[in-house]
Amino acid sequence: MNTDSINYKRPINFGWLLQMAWRDSRKNRSRLFLFISSIVLGIASLVAIYSFGFNLRQDIDRQAAELVGADIVISGNKPLSPQIQSLVDSLGDRKSTQRSFVSMALFTKNQGTRFVEVRALQGDFPYYGSIETTPASAATTFRKKQQVLADRNLMLQFNAHPGDSIKIGKVTFAIAGILDKAPGQTSISASVAPVIYMPLSYLEQTGLMQRGSRINYSYYIKYDRKENIEKLTTNIEPRLDKEDLSLQTVASQKEQTSRSFEDLTHFLALVGFVALLLGCIGVASSIHIYVREKLKAIAIMRCLGVKSTEAFLIYLIQIVIIGFIGSVLGAVLGTLVQQILPIAFKDFLPIEITVEVSWASIGTGILLGVVISLLFALLPLVSVRNISPLNTLRVSDESVNQKRDPLKWLVYLLIVAFITVFTYLQLNSWKQALSFTAFVLLAFFVLTGIATLIMWLLRKFLPLSWSYLWRQGFANLYRPNNQTIILLVSIGLGTAFISTLFFIQSILLSRINLSSGGNQPNLILFDIQSNQQQQVVDLTKQQHLPVFGMVPIVTIRLEELNGKNAAFYKKDTSKHVSRQVFSREYRVSYRDSLVSSEKITAGNWIGKADPAANNIPISIEEKFAQHNHIKIGDKLLFNVQGVNMETHIASFRKVNWNRIQTNFLVLFPKGVLEQAPQYFVFTTHVPSTTASAKYQQAVVKQFPNVSIIDLALVLKLLDDILGKISFVIRFMAGFSILTGLIVLVSSVLISKYQRIQESVLLRTLGASKRQILIITGLEYFFLGSIAALTGILISVPGSWALAKYSFDTAFSPPLLPVVILFFVVALITVLIGLFNSRGILNKPPLEVLRSDV
Amino acid sequence: MNNILKIENLTKTYKSAGNTLTVLNNINFSVDEGSTFAIVGPSGSGKTTLLGLCAGLDRSTSGLVELNNIRLDNLSEDERAQVRNQYVGFIFQNFQLLPTLTALENVMVPLELRGEKNSRARSMDLLDKVGLADRSHHYPTQLSGGEQQRISLARAFSNQPKILFADEPTGNLDAETSEKMVKLLFDLNRESGTTLILVTHDMELASKTQRIIRIKGGNLISDERTAAAI
Repeated sequence: MNTDSINYKRPINFGWLLQMAWRDSRKNRSRLFLFISSIVLGIASLVAIYSFGFNLRQDIDRQAAELVGADIVISGNKPLSPQIQSLVDSLGDRKSTQRSFVSMALFTKNQGTRFVEVRALQGDFPYYGSIETTPASAATTFRKKQQVLADRNLMLQFNAHPGDSIKIGKVTFAIAGILDKAPGQTSISASVAPVIYMPLSYLEQTGLMQRGSRINYSYYIKYDRKENIEKLTTNIEPRLDKEDLSLQTVASQKEQTSRSFEDLTHFLALVGFVALLLGCIGVASSIHIYVREKLKAIAIMRCLGVKSTEAFLIYLIQIVIIGFIGSVLGAVLGTLVQQILPIAFKDFLPIEITVEVSWASIGTGILLGVVISLLFALLPLVSVRNISPLNTLRVSDESVNQKRDPLKWLVYLLIVAFITVFTYLQLNSWKQALSFTAFVLLAFFVLTGIATLIMWLLRKFLPLSWSYLWRQGFANLYRPNNQTIILLVSIGLGTAFISTLFFIQSILLSRINLSSGGNQPNLILFDIQSNQQQQVVDLTKQQHLPVFGMVPIVTIRLEELNGKNAAFYKKDTSKHVSRQVFSREYRVSYRDSLVSSEKITAGNWIGKADPAANNIPISIEEKFAQHNHIKIGDKLLFNVQGVNMETHIASFRKVNWNRIQTNFLVLFPKGVLEQAPQYFVFTTHVPSTTASAKYQQAVVKQFPNVSIIDLALVLKLLDDILGKISFVIRFMAGFSILTGLIVLVSSVLISKYQRIQESVLLRTLGASKRQILIITGLEYFFLGSIAALTGILISVPGSWALAKYSFDTAFSPPLLPVVILFFVVALITVLIGLFNSRGILNKPPLEVLRSDV
Repeated sequence: MNNILKIENLTKTYKSAGNTLTVLNNINFSVDEGSTFAIVGPSGSGKTTLLGLCAGLDRSTSGLVELNNIRLDNLSEDERAQVRNQYVGFIFQNFQLLPTLTALENVMVPLELRGEKNSRARSMDLLDKVGLADRSHHYPTQLSGGEQQRISLARAFSNQPKILFADEPTGNLDAETSEKMVKLLFDLNRESGTTLILVTHDMELASKTQRIIRIKGGNLISDERTAAAI
């Protein structure tokens, strides 16, 4: 045998492969770029988010001290015990004390009232950063006089100026200056309850320090000498813990802030990842058609002696290079886009964000882009290995459409693993990562299934009696090399995404609207003392406003659960009782009947109890009970303002928290808490803003300790916040939608190459431009409308589940936006289809036939 | 004289819709090194399938194919590719040039694959021989059918093959261009001493070879020496 002269193990010449990849791409570069343009936006969104996250982390690191304002902050919701007071006294070189609470402020000039957060301060806090005011000197001067600093927006709202007067509780203060910025404050938090700083020395006189008032006590400690804060806090933390006091340091603040914003950036990265996935599906489909077109060239190369691996590598090199270029472009775009993100998030952030180029984020984005475009491109590319040289003699699709290539299954597995791992890295939960992957796969399979079913049905049942144009338009959906599956999947997923956003928005809005209905309470008065009850009711009636009810509230703490205290449950984690069960303050109420927002789900509701009885039957909210593994019959020992009270759980209640009304985790029966120190919450409905202002003024004047929440204002704020959040989500979802459009454009353009021969043949046989236009238009209309409809239908169960399980509300899909969405998607598909097919229509058949397509 | 190609009991069947279709049935022949040889037969007779099997483009169902003393039926697809690169040249009815490569690059590919250093110079020589040196940087679409076939001829001879398979080489050309093409083919073949195997149903072209075998319905029905052999 003459085999000696042949080296079957010829080494792979990478230089030549690169050269061939370059040569082979010559006439296809614009098309290859089109394939890869699908991933540009996905990468851009990820790089933007990663860069934003990177800068956020850096800024948090840099500004953490200013966020806290001191080396150590100790806070709690009760005055310090003598032991802890002496501990605090022994700490630090400088100290400040603050008491904060919500109350009503009255601008005396125009009698305007507003629910505010009062911070009564003593000392030189903040020790890091500053309280920024206009004029700047006000930040120091107010501390020594009967003066306050008032939030900028609050001042604007009431057209107030420095020097004006403001009444808090029983004391009237002069406004020393406008509060521009305080440590750790965000625009959002300031808009819910604008801040007013006052000197602590005047707090007593305001009369707002009453028993039952919810006051937060903070102690700011600063070390001028060098001190190992970490070691110190480790030593004192257990003692503070015991007294339910929280401890904050610059390091803990850094960690906590980073963690909460990491969740946000991870969520947004996932939205960006959806755009990338969508783009990758586009890449896979484009490469699939590209490989089909290259069938002959690959067969010729195989004939000339190119090995299967070499042929495969030639195209792999092209994809890697183009994927790299696409990713670099995406990274550049993402770096530009990240300039916008801090503006979008400005109101939510307690720190100032700098915009720096993050090379780590760019590197991650590029790597991700190359890897994922490669993984998806591998799906069609592995078939290159199986293309037979025999195709030079007779072309057959068999070798491209090979049925079971084990390598293909491996690629599928890698893709699923990649998506799962990536999602896990964003969400830090395998359960959520798997659910996300399963949802993506499900949506993909449903869309693919529907596309396949439609093609099968058309092939089987397309009526021959229909006009030629209609038949041809439909037949295009299942002709060889059709784009039906990819277009249905990409447009369908894009539509599903957009319509889910619509649905979520409508769910959120319907929840808000529900509470702003005509007869619902829209003004909540709280901190009403027992002796003020009747007077408040009288005042309300005088103003011809309805009285919805006076609800008593008693503040209590849990001492023991089934005879065991907090320390026991802290040690024995197998009991799954949250620490908060013991550390939180319970604001409970008592009544003899249930209200409309609650219903008993287990046990028996007992509405009355004997005060002399030892064991009082109470009712607990079922989710709170489930979460802490509390059962019917469990014994709870509560501390009711210094008096211990033995109770047992008689029932679980399901509570609809969506209703804006007073609801409680723990509910007592009548007969036991009546004598305990308590305050009352009262609700009414004001018909207009004028009536509301008039009523609020009257209440604040007569009862300075009573606070009022105006639901109209809350709704406006909620609307503002939701608007800002939905802007961010829409902004990110925009990447997915644009990617969907790019995939659509590239799919249509690719199919243009596929159909040129066919259209030219039709033109040669005498078809008019109009007829070809109608055939094309019909085909894209079917594609667009079926994809849009499927996408919308897919989003319905997801949104329903969100409505039912996450928002606990009924789901009624908004019809009009969805119908508009359906037509917009179908129309865009037709327009893009026709626009990109114009080349076929406008060129003479001969020119098209001669050109290399 | 040595046999460059030996075919013994060659059978090729396809399975289609549960039926077995026999395309080639127990074919036997051998081809002398340096000779010219034609396979003729009507459309669908199996002659292209036979060419594919002889050139190692496909695998037989049974029987032996030996090319330059190498048994092709024992080799993998990649090993057969190596054999083709080393010993085989091709000319196709549809020219089968790589559309994204220039004329020169198309001719260079077999040489580059072998890692030959002076592939460019040798390819230019060949282009000169086929009269297309001045079109070396043109792409296939910029060339006429006749020019494309001449480029494919230059490519076929570039790796100095021991055996050249030509599948209807004039099938897509007009009479005048065909004549020039055939002359060029036979001249180059003579010059290089390559064995030429033609697949055609053009009897006039076939008669220019030294030996003709006829295939019909997958069976070899005749094997004759022509006047050219004498």
